[in-house]
Amino acid sequence: MTMPERDEPTGALVRPYAVTRGRTRPKLEIALEALVETTVRGRSGMNRGGQGGSEHQYIAAMCDGGRVQSLAEIAARMQLPLGVARVIVADMASDGLLAVYEPTSLEDETDAVGTELLERVLSGLRRL
Amino acid sequence: MSRPAAGRVTSAKIVIAGGFGVGKTTLVGSVSEITPLTTEAIMTSAGVGVDDNRQVPGKMTTTVAMDFGRISIDRDLILYLFGTPGQTRFWFMWDELVRGAIGAVVMVDTRRLADCFAAIDFFEHRRLPYLIAINCFDGMQYHNAQDVRDALAISSDVPVVSCDARNRESTKNVLISLVEYVLTMRRSRAVAPA
Repeated sequence: MTMPERDEPTGALVRPYAVTRGRTRPKLEIALEALVETTVRGRSGMNRGGQGGSEHQYIAAMCDGGRVQSLAEIAARMQLPLGVARVIVADMASDGLLAVYEPTSLEDETDAVGTELLERVLSGLRRL
Repeated sequence: MSRPAAGRVTSAKIVIAGGFGVGKTTLVGSVSEITPLTTEAIMTSAGVGVDDNRQVPGKMTTTVAMDFGRISIDRDLILYLFGTPGQTRFWFMWDELVRGAIGAVVMVDTRRLADCFAAIDFFEHRRLPYLIAINCFDGMQYHNAQDVRDALAISSDVPVVSCDARNRESTKNVLISLVEYVLTMRRSRAVAPA
């Protein structure tokens, strides 16, 4: 699926927030790099024509079939401001249409999970 | 939301900072598996007072663009590289960028060294580990690493490396140096907590 050439970024401000019915606060906070995947329920909703408009359909299709996408990618590919994409994804997640995988926290330096993640990143980069 | 306890898909990010035109998007693009994308955030009136809007009378919203790329480390781990917005005054976006990041690459053009001061200050304040990557335009390095370290007045443990942002191997090595540095610091702190 290809998107039309991007317009002047500030030009389409009103319409995106119309999609969220004017809401600017998401139902849950989602990190920029959090990964999003369409659930079984999201997929069947998509096949039935779904609810919630074409944005929902588009996101469900984009993140389906094992193609996880970050919130940032969804916003960029849909040419939606980040805040708008976050509201829509949070809505869909709370309706069970999307699974959101938050990044692993690195805050606690004694936490083995974070250290293991860094080691995986390092060996992955070396393999590139 | 159901999440399998083990082997779930997860992500990490590295922030790429530096002055305008220093090669942030070039660096991201040289190693990303996707053509760098741009995501936009809108600062509405909530940001007034944080940013200085006086130069743009009557303007209530500002769009901040960030370029980013993606590297699939393996099937269930994806690394994102986020370039900081060109204008360092958009701090509201920097907060979100550094939250949970592995660390940052501060790209330096030795002909415009001062362009990276704000980024260094920000990362030090937020205690985000960073390294300095001197982008050698035209393969030329005009100053050596020690000169740059002295001029930036950074701690002796902060790595200073040279790179060619257009070159995939070179960019890869910068990222490897950063993650090695972060891991070394983490391990030393885990052994001897401050």
